[in-house]
Amino acid sequence: MASSPPGSAPLRHTPLHSRHVALGARMVPFAGYDMPVQYAKGIIAEHQHTRKAAGLFDVSHMGQAALAGPDHATVARALETLVPADILGLVPGQQRYSQLLNDQGGIIDDLMVTRPADGDGRLLLVVNAACKDADIRHIRHHLPDEVRLEVFDGRALLALQGPEAEAVLARHAPAAKSLAFMSAAAMTVAGIPCHVSRSGYTGEDGYEISVPGDRAGALWDLLMAEPEVEPIGLGARDSLRLEAGLCLYGHDINEETSPVEAALAWSIQRRRRQEGGFPGSHRIMEELADGPLRKRVGLLPEGRMPAREGTEIKDAAGELVGEVTSGGFGPTLGAPVAMGYVASDFAREGTALTLVVRGKEIPARVVPMPFVAHRYKR
Amino acid sequence: MTTYYTKDHEYIRVEGDTGTVGISDYAQSQLGDVVFVELPSVGKALTKGAEAAVVESVKAASEVYAPVSGEVVAVNGAIEETPGTVNEDPLGNGWFVQIKLSDAGELDELMTEEQYEDYLKSIS
Repeated sequence: MASSPPGSAPLRHTPLHSRHVALGARMVPFAGYDMPVQYAKGIIAEHQHTRKAAGLFDVSHMGQAALAGPDHATVARALETLVPADILGLVPGQQRYSQLLNDQGGIIDDLMVTRPADGDGRLLLVVNAACKDADIRHIRHHLPDEVRLEVFDGRALLALQGPEAEAVLARHAPAAKSLAFMSAAAMTVAGIPCHVSRSGYTGEDGYEISVPGDRAGALWDLLMAEPEVEPIGLGARDSLRLEAGLCLYGHDINEETSPVEAALAWSIQRRRRQEGGFPGSHRIMEELADGPLRKRVGLLPEGRMPAREGTEIKDAAGELVGEVTSGGFGPTLGAPVAMGYVASDFAREGTALTLVVRGKEIPARVVPMPFVAHRYKR
Repeated sequence: MTTYYTKDHEYIRVEGDTGTVGISDYAQSQLGDVVFVELPSVGKALTKGAEAAVVESVKAASEVYAPVSGEVVAVNGAIEETPGTVNEDPLGNGWFVQIKLSDAGELDELMTEEQYEDYLKSIS
Protein backbone atom coordinates (compact mmCIF):
# COMPACT_ATOMS: atom_id res chain seq x y z
CA MET A 1 0.00 0.00 0.00
CA ALA A 2 2.45 2.62 -1.14
CA SER A 3 1.60 6.26 -0.64
CA SER A 4 2.90 8.91 -2.98
CA PRO A 5 5.46 11.36 -1.62
CA PRO A 6 4.30 14.95 -1.28
CA GLY A 7 5.27 17.12 -4.22
CA SER A 8 7.93 19.76 -3.78
CA ALA A 9 6.13 22.65 -5.47
CA PRO A 10 3.02 23.98 -3.73
CA LEU A 11 -0.10 22.62 -5.38
CA ARG A 12 -2.52 25.02 -7.01
CA HIS A 13 -6.17 25.11 -6.07
CA THR A 14 -9.16 25.49 -8.35
CA PRO A 15 -11.90 27.88 -7.17
CA LEU A 16 -13.86 24.78 -6.03
CA HIS A 17 -11.11 23.28 -3.87
CA SER A 18 -12.77 23.97 -0.51
CA ARG A 19 -15.98 22.37 -1.75
CA HIS A 20 -14.17 19.15 -2.65
CA VAL A 21 -12.56 19.04 0.77
CA ALA A 22 -15.89 19.73 2.48
CA LEU A 23 -17.45 16.83 0.52
CA GLY A 24 -14.80 14.49 1.90
CA ALA A 25 -13.03 14.01 -1.40
CA ARG A 26 -9.70 12.24 -1.47
CA MET A 27 -7.37 14.89 -2.86
CA VAL A 28 -4.35 14.01 -4.97
CA PRO A 29 -1.73 16.01 -6.87
CA PHE A 30 -2.58 16.14 -10.56
CA ALA A 31 -0.83 18.37 -13.12
CA GLY A 32 0.26 20.71 -10.35
CA TYR A 33 -3.20 20.98 -8.79
CA ASP A 34 -4.66 19.44 -5.65
CA MET A 35 -7.62 17.63 -7.21
CA PRO A 36 -10.37 15.23 -6.08
CA VAL A 37 -9.68 11.67 -7.27
CA GLN A 38 -12.88 10.42 -5.68
CA TYR A 39 -15.59 11.44 -3.24
CA ALA A 40 -17.10 9.37 -0.44
CA LYS A 41 -19.01 6.89 -2.61
CA GLY A 42 -15.98 5.80 -4.59
CA ILE A 43 -14.95 5.52 -8.22
CA ILE A 44 -17.29 2.72 -9.29
CA ALA A 45 -20.39 4.37 -7.80
CA GLU A 46 -19.40 7.70 -9.37
CA HIS A 47 -18.80 6.05 -12.72
CA GLN A 48 -22.19 4.29 -12.65
CA HIS A 49 -23.95 7.45 -11.52
CA THR A 50 -22.56 9.39 -14.49
CA ARG A 51 -23.78 6.68 -16.90
CA LYS A 52 -27.28 6.63 -15.42
CA ALA A 53 -27.97 10.19 -14.17
CA ALA A 54 -25.65 13.20 -14.10
CA GLY A 55 -22.12 13.69 -12.79
CA LEU A 56 -20.54 17.03 -11.98
CA PHE A 57 -16.78 17.36 -12.54
CA ASP A 58 -14.42 20.18 -11.64
CA VAL A 59 -12.05 20.41 -14.58
CA SER A 60 -10.88 23.93 -13.83
CA HIS A 61 -7.26 22.75 -13.94
CA MET A 62 -7.54 22.59 -17.72
CA GLY A 63 -6.21 25.52 -19.70
CA GLN A 64 -8.71 27.94 -21.22
CA ALA A 65 -7.64 30.56 -23.71
CA ALA A 66 -8.78 32.51 -26.75
CA LEU A 67 -7.11 33.43 -29.99
CA ALA A 68 -8.13 36.89 -31.11
CA GLY A 69 -7.51 38.70 -34.38
CA PRO A 70 -9.12 40.90 -36.98
CA ASP A 71 -11.48 38.28 -38.46
CA HIS A 72 -12.24 34.56 -38.45
CA ALA A 73 -10.20 33.73 -41.54
CA THR A 74 -7.04 35.34 -40.16
CA VAL A 75 -7.33 33.64 -36.78
CA ALA A 76 -8.36 30.29 -38.26
CA ARG A 77 -5.47 30.26 -40.72
CA ALA A 78 -3.05 31.08 -37.90
CA LEU A 79 -4.27 28.10 -35.86
CA GLU A 80 -4.29 25.86 -38.94
CA THR A 81 -0.50 26.22 -39.10
CA LEU A 82 -0.39 24.36 -35.78
CA VAL A 83 -3.25 21.81 -35.99
CA PRO A 84 -4.53 19.47 -38.75
CA ALA A 85 -8.26 20.16 -38.32
CA ASP A 86 -10.34 22.37 -40.59
CA ILE A 87 -10.64 25.48 -38.43
CA LEU A 88 -11.49 27.85 -41.28
CA GLY A 89 -14.64 25.85 -41.97
CA LEU A 90 -16.01 26.12 -38.44
CA VAL A 91 -19.37 27.84 -38.43
CA PRO A 92 -20.24 30.19 -35.55
CA GLY A 93 -20.98 28.11 -32.46
CA GLN A 94 -19.20 25.01 -33.76
CA GLN A 95 -16.58 23.11 -31.80
CA ARG A 96 -13.91 20.72 -33.06
CA TYR A 97 -11.41 18.33 -31.48
CA SER A 98 -7.85 18.67 -32.76
CA GLN A 99 -4.18 18.28 -31.89
CA LEU A 100 -1.22 20.63 -31.67
CA LEU A 101 1.45 18.89 -33.74
CA ASN A 102 5.22 19.05 -33.78
CA ASP A 103 7.23 19.09 -37.01
CA GLN A 104 7.38 15.29 -37.01
CA GLY A 105 3.58 15.05 -36.80
CA GLY A 106 3.73 13.98 -33.14
CA ILE A 107 1.11 15.31 -30.75
CA ILE A 108 2.18 18.16 -28.45
CA ASP A 109 -1.30 18.23 -26.92
CA ASP A 110 -4.91 17.59 -27.87
CA LEU A 111 -7.45 20.36 -27.55
CA MET A 112 -10.96 21.59 -28.21
CA VAL A 113 -11.37 24.55 -30.55
CA THR A 114 -14.60 26.53 -30.61
CA ARG A 115 -15.66 29.34 -32.91
CA PRO A 116 -17.94 31.37 -30.64
CA ALA A 117 -21.48 32.01 -31.86
CA ASP A 118 -20.92 35.75 -31.66
CA GLY A 119 -17.83 37.92 -31.95
CA ASP A 120 -15.95 37.44 -35.20
CA GLY A 121 -12.21 36.80 -35.10
CA ARG A 122 -12.09 34.70 -31.95
CA LEU A 123 -11.44 31.03 -31.26
CA LEU A 124 -11.79 29.49 -27.81
CA LEU A 125 -9.31 26.80 -26.83
CA VAL A 126 -9.35 24.23 -24.04
CA VAL A 127 -6.05 22.38 -23.51
CA ASN A 128 -4.77 19.82 -21.02
CA ALA A 129 -3.71 21.00 -17.59
CA ALA A 130 -0.30 19.32 -17.67
CA CYS A 131 0.51 20.84 -21.07
CA LYS A 132 -0.98 24.28 -20.76
CA ASP A 133 2.15 26.31 -20.00
CA ALA A 134 4.07 24.66 -22.84
CA ASP A 135 1.08 25.01 -25.18
CA ILE A 136 0.80 28.72 -24.48
CA ARG A 137 4.50 29.25 -25.23
CA HIS A 138 4.25 27.13 -28.37
CA ILE A 139 1.16 28.89 -29.72
CA ARG A 140 2.45 32.39 -28.93
CA HIS A 141 5.77 31.61 -30.56
CA HIS A 142 4.05 30.75 -33.83
CA LEU A 143 1.33 33.39 -34.03
CA PRO A 144 1.45 36.17 -36.60
CA ASP A 145 1.48 39.72 -35.25
CA GLU A 146 -2.21 40.36 -35.82
CA VAL A 147 -3.35 37.35 -33.77
CA ARG A 148 -2.85 37.19 -30.01
CA LEU A 149 -3.48 34.54 -27.37
CA GLU A 150 -5.43 35.53 -24.26
CA VAL A 151 -5.15 33.08 -21.37
CA PHE A 152 -8.13 32.82 -19.03
CA ASP A 153 -6.42 31.96 -15.75
CA GLY A 154 -9.36 33.34 -13.83
CA ARG A 155 -12.00 31.07 -15.34
CA ALA A 156 -13.23 27.77 -13.96
CA LEU A 157 -14.52 24.82 -16.01
CA LEU A 158 -17.26 22.46 -14.86
CA ALA A 159 -18.40 19.37 -16.75
CA LEU A 160 -21.93 18.08 -16.31
CA GLN A 161 -22.17 14.64 -17.91
CA GLY A 162 -24.76 11.92 -18.21
CA PRO A 163 -28.23 11.22 -19.58
CA GLU A 164 -29.86 13.64 -17.11
CA ALA A 165 -27.42 16.48 -17.81
CA GLU A 166 -29.74 18.13 -20.32
CA ALA A 167 -32.74 18.12 -17.99
CA VAL A 168 -30.65 19.50 -15.13
CA LEU A 169 -28.97 22.30 -17.06
CA ALA A 170 -32.10 23.26 -19.01
CA ARG A 171 -33.84 23.98 -15.69
CA HIS A 172 -31.46 26.91 -15.22
CA ALA A 173 -30.54 27.62 -18.83
CA PRO A 174 -33.30 26.64 -21.28
CA ALA A 175 -31.00 27.41 -24.22
CA ALA A 176 -28.86 24.41 -23.23
CA LYS A 177 -31.54 22.08 -24.57
CA SER A 178 -31.15 23.22 -28.16
CA LEU A 179 -27.34 22.94 -28.30
CA ALA A 180 -26.21 20.04 -30.47
CA PHE A 181 -23.16 17.88 -29.75
CA MET A 182 -19.94 19.82 -30.43
CA SER A 183 -21.62 23.19 -30.48
CA ALA A 184 -21.38 26.02 -27.98
CA ALA A 185 -23.00 29.25 -26.94
CA ALA A 186 -22.74 31.96 -24.34
CA MET A 187 -25.68 31.73 -21.94
CA THR A 188 -26.62 32.60 -18.41
CA VAL A 189 -27.15 29.72 -16.02
CA ALA A 190 -29.46 30.99 -13.26
CA GLY A 191 -28.12 34.45 -13.96
CA ILE A 192 -24.44 33.42 -14.00
CA PRO A 193 -22.72 34.34 -17.28
CA CYS A 194 -21.27 31.15 -18.76
CA HIS A 195 -19.97 29.76 -22.01
CA VAL A 196 -21.49 26.32 -22.51
CA SER A 197 -20.48 23.63 -24.99
CA ARG A 198 -22.21 20.32 -25.54
CA SER A 199 -19.23 18.03 -25.22
CA GLY A 200 -17.28 16.05 -22.70
CA TYR A 201 -14.91 13.24 -21.91
CA THR A 202 -17.20 10.44 -20.77
CA GLY A 203 -18.96 9.19 -23.91
CA GLU A 204 -22.23 10.46 -22.44
CA ASP A 205 -24.32 13.43 -23.46
CA GLY A 206 -23.36 16.46 -21.43
CA TYR A 207 -21.88 19.90 -21.19
CA GLU A 208 -18.69 21.71 -20.35
CA ILE A 209 -19.41 25.03 -18.71
CA SER A 210 -16.82 27.80 -18.58
CA VAL A 211 -17.56 30.26 -15.80
CA PRO A 212 -15.73 33.18 -14.17
CA GLY A 213 -13.76 31.83 -11.21
CA ASP A 214 -15.57 34.00 -8.69
CA ARG A 215 -18.95 32.58 -9.81
CA ALA A 216 -17.80 28.95 -10.02
CA GLY A 217 -18.80 28.17 -6.43
CA ALA A 218 -22.32 29.49 -6.97
CA LEU A 219 -22.69 27.44 -10.18
CA TRP A 220 -21.33 24.31 -8.48
CA ASP A 221 -23.74 24.73 -5.55
CA LEU A 222 -26.67 25.30 -7.88
CA LEU A 223 -25.98 22.14 -9.89
CA MET A 224 -25.12 20.05 -6.82
CA ALA A 225 -28.51 20.94 -5.34
CA GLU A 226 -30.24 19.11 -8.20
CA PRO A 227 -31.39 15.61 -7.22
CA GLU A 228 -29.87 13.94 -10.29
CA VAL A 229 -26.37 15.32 -9.67
CA GLU A 230 -23.44 13.77 -7.80
CA PRO A 231 -19.84 15.02 -7.73
CA ILE A 232 -17.40 12.90 -9.73
CA GLY A 233 -13.64 12.77 -9.25
CA LEU A 234 -10.71 12.21 -11.59
CA GLY A 235 -10.76 8.46 -10.95
CA ALA A 236 -14.16 7.97 -12.56
CA ARG A 237 -13.30 10.57 -15.20
CA ASP A 238 -10.51 8.23 -16.26
CA SER A 239 -12.59 5.02 -16.22
CA LEU A 240 -15.40 6.76 -18.13
CA ARG A 241 -13.11 8.08 -20.85
CA LEU A 242 -11.36 4.72 -21.12
CA GLU A 243 -14.65 2.91 -21.75
CA ALA A 244 -15.50 5.66 -24.25
CA GLY A 245 -12.23 4.90 -26.09
CA LEU A 246 -10.99 8.49 -25.67
CA CYS A 247 -7.28 9.28 -25.52
CA LEU A 248 -5.52 10.53 -22.41
CA TYR A 249 -2.66 12.84 -23.30
CA GLY A 250 0.74 11.66 -22.09
CA HIS A 251 -0.47 8.07 -22.11
CA ASP A 252 -2.33 7.17 -25.32
CA ILE A 253 -0.92 10.08 -27.31
CA ASN A 254 2.34 11.98 -26.99
CA GLU A 255 5.03 13.72 -29.04
CA GLU A 256 5.93 10.41 -30.73
CA THR A 257 2.44 9.36 -31.81
CA SER A 258 0.76 10.84 -34.87
CA PRO A 259 -3.00 11.39 -35.10
CA VAL A 260 -3.20 8.66 -37.75
CA GLU A 261 -1.43 6.11 -35.54
CA ALA A 262 -3.69 7.20 -32.68
CA ALA A 263 -6.81 6.40 -34.76
CA LEU A 264 -7.71 10.09 -34.76
CA ALA A 265 -7.64 10.51 -38.56
CA TRP A 266 -11.37 11.33 -38.37
CA SER A 267 -10.35 14.64 -36.81
CA ILE A 268 -8.40 15.66 -39.95
CA GLN A 269 -11.00 17.02 -42.35
CA ARG A 270 -10.81 16.59 -46.10
CA ARG A 271 -9.56 20.06 -47.05
CA ARG A 272 -6.60 19.73 -44.70
CA ARG A 273 -5.75 16.28 -46.08
CA GLN A 274 -5.72 17.72 -49.57
CA GLU A 275 -3.91 20.96 -48.80
CA GLY A 276 -1.58 19.95 -45.95
CA GLY A 277 0.08 22.97 -44.42
CA PHE A 278 0.19 21.69 -40.85
CA PRO A 279 3.24 20.50 -38.89
CA GLY A 280 4.36 17.02 -39.84
CA SER A 281 1.99 16.96 -42.81
CA HIS A 282 4.49 14.95 -44.85
CA ARG A 283 4.39 12.03 -42.40
CA ILE A 284 0.67 12.32 -41.80
CA MET A 285 -0.29 12.43 -45.50
CA GLU A 286 1.92 9.40 -46.08
CA GLU A 287 0.28 7.53 -43.21
CA LEU A 288 -3.17 8.47 -44.49
CA ALA A 289 -2.28 7.11 -47.93
CA ASP A 290 -0.34 3.97 -46.99
CA GLY A 291 -1.52 3.27 -43.46
CA PRO A 292 0.56 3.86 -40.32
CA LEU A 293 3.18 1.39 -39.07
CA ARG A 294 1.34 0.99 -35.79
CA LYS A 295 -2.14 1.78 -34.64
CA ARG A 296 -4.04 2.45 -31.43
CA VAL A 297 -6.59 -0.30 -30.86
CA GLY A 298 -9.03 -1.44 -28.21
CA LEU A 299 -8.18 -4.65 -26.36
CA LEU A 300 -10.47 -6.89 -24.34
CA PRO A 301 -8.53 -9.19 -22.01
CA GLU A 302 -10.09 -12.50 -21.00
CA GLY A 303 -10.94 -12.92 -17.34
CA ARG A 304 -10.86 -10.20 -14.71
CA MET A 305 -7.21 -9.21 -14.44
CA PRO A 306 -6.66 -5.59 -15.53
CA ALA A 307 -3.81 -4.98 -17.99
CA ARG A 308 -2.45 -1.54 -17.24
CA GLU A 309 -0.26 0.99 -18.99
CA GLY A 310 3.08 -0.51 -19.99
CA THR A 311 1.78 -4.07 -20.38
CA GLU A 312 3.54 -5.86 -23.24
CA ILE A 313 1.42 -7.11 -26.13
CA LYS A 314 2.58 -10.27 -27.90
CA ASP A 315 1.34 -12.15 -30.93
CA ALA A 316 0.48 -15.85 -31.10
CA ALA A 317 4.14 -16.66 -31.73
CA GLY A 318 5.23 -14.80 -28.62
CA GLU A 319 6.77 -11.84 -30.48
CA LEU A 320 6.42 -8.39 -28.96
CA VAL A 321 4.01 -6.42 -31.19
CA GLY A 322 2.98 -3.52 -28.98
CA GLU A 323 2.24 -2.00 -25.60
CA VAL A 324 -0.81 -1.04 -23.58
CA THR A 325 -1.09 2.73 -23.07
CA SER A 326 -4.23 2.81 -20.90
CA GLY A 327 -5.92 -0.04 -19.17
CA GLY A 328 -7.94 -0.89 -16.16
CA PHE A 329 -11.30 -2.05 -15.05
CA GLY A 330 -14.39 -0.83 -16.89
CA PRO A 331 -17.19 -0.52 -14.33
CA THR A 332 -19.97 -0.38 -16.95
CA LEU A 333 -18.63 -3.46 -18.74
CA GLY A 334 -17.79 -5.14 -15.44
CA ALA A 335 -14.58 -6.31 -17.06
CA PRO A 336 -11.06 -5.15 -17.78
CA VAL A 337 -10.51 -2.95 -20.84
CA ALA A 338 -7.36 -1.62 -22.41
CA MET A 339 -6.07 0.36 -25.35
CA GLY A 340 -2.63 0.36 -26.81
CA TYR A 341 -0.50 0.47 -29.92
CA VAL A 342 0.14 -2.61 -32.03
CA ALA A 343 2.00 -3.09 -35.29
CA SER A 344 -0.55 -2.54 -38.07
CA ASP A 345 -0.59 -6.21 -39.09
CA PHE A 346 -2.17 -6.95 -35.72
CA ALA A 347 -4.67 -4.08 -35.61
CA ARG A 348 -7.52 -5.88 -37.36
CA GLU A 349 -10.66 -6.43 -35.32
CA GLY A 350 -10.76 -9.89 -33.77
CA THR A 351 -6.98 -10.45 -33.82
CA ALA A 352 -5.97 -12.72 -30.95
CA LEU A 353 -3.09 -11.32 -28.89
CA THR A 354 -1.49 -11.96 -25.52
CA LEU A 355 -1.02 -9.45 -22.71
CA VAL A 356 1.79 -10.16 -20.28
CA VAL A 357 0.78 -9.10 -16.77
CA ARG A 358 3.18 -9.90 -13.92
CA GLY A 359 4.63 -12.72 -15.97
CA LYS A 360 1.22 -14.23 -16.76
CA GLU A 361 -0.01 -14.46 -20.33
CA ILE A 362 -3.55 -13.16 -20.63
CA PRO A 363 -5.38 -13.87 -23.92
CA ALA A 364 -6.96 -10.76 -25.41
CA ARG A 365 -8.50 -9.71 -28.69
CA VAL A 366 -8.62 -6.53 -30.70
CA VAL A 367 -12.06 -4.95 -30.51
CA PRO A 368 -13.56 -1.78 -31.95
CA MET A 369 -13.80 1.24 -29.68
CA PRO A 370 -15.67 2.68 -27.88
CA PHE A 371 -16.10 -0.17 -25.40
CA VAL A 372 -19.33 1.47 -24.22
CA ALA A 373 -21.44 3.11 -26.94
CA HIS A 374 -21.33 6.90 -27.07
CA ARG A 375 -24.63 8.58 -26.32
CA TYR A 376 -23.98 12.03 -27.76
CA LYS A 377 -26.90 14.28 -28.67
CA ARG A 378 -26.30 14.89 -32.34
CA MET B 1 -7.04 -15.36 18.92
CA THR B 2 -4.93 -12.24 18.40
CA THR B 3 -4.72 -9.90 15.44
CA TYR B 4 -1.42 -8.32 14.44
CA TYR B 5 -0.73 -5.65 11.84
CA THR B 6 2.14 -4.63 9.56
CA LYS B 7 3.23 -1.14 8.59
CA ASP B 8 2.04 -1.99 5.06
CA HIS B 9 -1.48 -2.45 6.46
CA GLU B 10 -1.81 -6.20 6.27
CA TYR B 11 -3.29 -8.01 9.24
CA ILE B 12 -2.84 -11.56 10.47
CA ARG B 13 -5.32 -13.10 12.88
CA VAL B 14 -3.64 -15.98 14.66
CA GLU B 15 -5.33 -19.06 16.10
CA GLY B 16 -2.90 -21.73 17.24
CA ASP B 17 -0.25 -22.14 14.53
CA THR B 18 -2.41 -20.75 11.72
CA GLY B 19 -2.92 -17.13 10.71
CA THR B 20 -5.56 -15.55 8.47
CA VAL B 21 -4.13 -12.72 6.38
CA GLY B 22 -5.91 -9.78 4.80
CA ILE B 23 -5.69 -6.01 4.46
CA SER B 24 -6.84 -3.57 7.10
CA ASP B 25 -9.92 -1.40 6.90
CA TYR B 26 -7.60 1.59 6.44
CA ALA B 27 -5.92 -0.18 3.51
CA GLN B 28 -9.18 -0.97 1.74
CA SER B 29 -10.41 2.59 2.20
CA GLN B 30 -7.16 3.96 0.78
CA LEU B 31 -7.28 1.58 -2.19
CA GLY B 32 -10.88 2.31 -3.05
CA ASP B 33 -13.04 -0.14 -4.99
CA VAL B 34 -11.23 -3.46 -5.33
CA VAL B 35 -11.81 -4.98 -8.78
CA PHE B 36 -9.35 -7.86 -8.90
CA VAL B 37 -7.48 -10.11 -6.50
CA GLU B 38 -4.67 -12.51 -7.39
CA LEU B 39 -4.06 -15.22 -4.81
CA PRO B 40 -1.17 -17.67 -4.39
CA SER B 41 -1.67 -21.42 -4.70
CA VAL B 42 -2.24 -23.56 -1.67
CA GLY B 43 1.04 -25.12 -0.57
CA LYS B 44 3.18 -22.14 -1.59
CA ALA B 45 5.89 -21.25 0.92
CA LEU B 46 5.86 -17.57 1.78
CA THR B 47 8.68 -15.61 3.35
CA LYS B 48 7.90 -12.75 5.70
CA GLY B 49 7.76 -9.54 3.68
CA ALA B 50 7.49 -11.29 0.30
CA GLU B 51 4.52 -10.88 -2.04
CA ALA B 52 1.62 -13.05 -0.95
CA ALA B 53 -1.12 -11.68 -3.21
CA VAL B 54 -2.00 -8.77 -5.49
CA VAL B 55 -4.99 -6.51 -5.00
CA GLU B 56 -6.14 -4.16 -7.72
CA SER B 57 -8.40 -1.16 -7.37
CA VAL B 58 -9.83 0.79 -10.30
CA LYS B 59 -6.73 2.98 -10.14
CA ALA B 60 -3.81 0.67 -9.47
CA ALA B 61 -2.33 -2.70 -8.52
CA SER B 62 -0.78 -3.19 -5.07
CA GLU B 63 1.06 -6.07 -3.46
CA VAL B 64 -0.09 -7.76 -0.30
CA TYR B 65 2.97 -8.91 1.65
CA ALA B 66 3.19 -11.91 3.93
CA PRO B 67 3.24 -10.63 7.54
CA VAL B 68 5.09 -13.76 8.61
CA SER B 69 6.73 -16.79 6.97
CA GLY B 70 4.83 -19.99 6.45
CA GLU B 71 2.96 -22.22 4.05
CA VAL B 72 -0.30 -21.23 2.40
CA VAL B 73 -2.92 -23.69 3.68
CA ALA B 74 -6.05 -22.00 2.26
CA VAL B 75 -7.00 -19.15 -0.06
CA ASN B 76 -10.26 -17.22 -0.20
CA GLY B 77 -11.43 -18.03 -3.71
CA ALA B 78 -14.68 -16.15 -3.07
CA ILE B 79 -12.93 -12.77 -3.34
CA GLU B 80 -11.70 -13.65 -6.82
CA GLU B 81 -15.35 -13.79 -7.88
CA THR B 82 -16.55 -10.83 -5.77
CA PRO B 83 -13.53 -8.60 -5.11
CA GLY B 84 -15.81 -5.95 -3.56
CA THR B 85 -15.97 -8.13 -0.42
CA VAL B 86 -12.48 -6.85 0.39
CA ASN B 87 -13.99 -3.36 0.73
CA GLU B 88 -17.13 -4.45 2.52
CA ASP B 89 -15.66 -6.80 5.08
CA PRO B 90 -11.85 -6.65 5.03
CA LEU B 91 -11.37 -8.28 8.44
CA GLY B 92 -14.06 -10.89 7.92
CA ASN B 93 -15.15 -12.42 4.62
CA GLY B 94 -12.60 -10.29 2.74
CA TRP B 95 -9.57 -12.30 3.96
CA PHE B 96 -6.94 -13.40 1.42
CA VAL B 97 -4.96 -16.42 2.62
CA GLN B 98 -4.39 -18.66 5.60
CA ILE B 99 -0.80 -19.40 6.51
CA LYS B 100 0.64 -22.13 8.70
CA LEU B 101 3.26 -20.19 10.64
CA SER B 102 6.79 -21.52 10.40
CA ASP B 103 8.17 -19.21 13.11
CA ALA B 104 5.70 -17.80 15.64
CA GLY B 105 8.51 -15.61 16.94
CA GLU B 106 8.06 -13.38 13.85
CA LEU B 107 4.77 -12.18 15.34
CA ASP B 108 6.73 -10.21 17.94
CA GLU B 109 7.93 -7.90 15.16
CA LEU B 110 4.34 -6.96 14.20
CA MET B 111 2.04 -4.36 15.76
CA THR B 112 -0.80 -5.19 18.07
CA GLU B 113 -4.21 -3.72 17.26
CA GLU B 114 -3.59 -0.89 19.73
CA GLN B 115 -0.15 -0.14 18.31
CA TYR B 116 -1.61 -0.14 14.80
CA GLU B 117 -4.28 2.39 15.81
CA ASP B 118 -1.50 4.65 17.11
CA TYR B 119 0.47 4.06 13.92
CA LEU B 120 -2.53 5.13 11.78
CA LYS B 121 -2.81 8.33 13.83
CA SER B 122 0.88 8.99 13.32
CA ILE B 123 0.66 8.72 9.51
CA SER B 124 -2.61 10.59 9.00
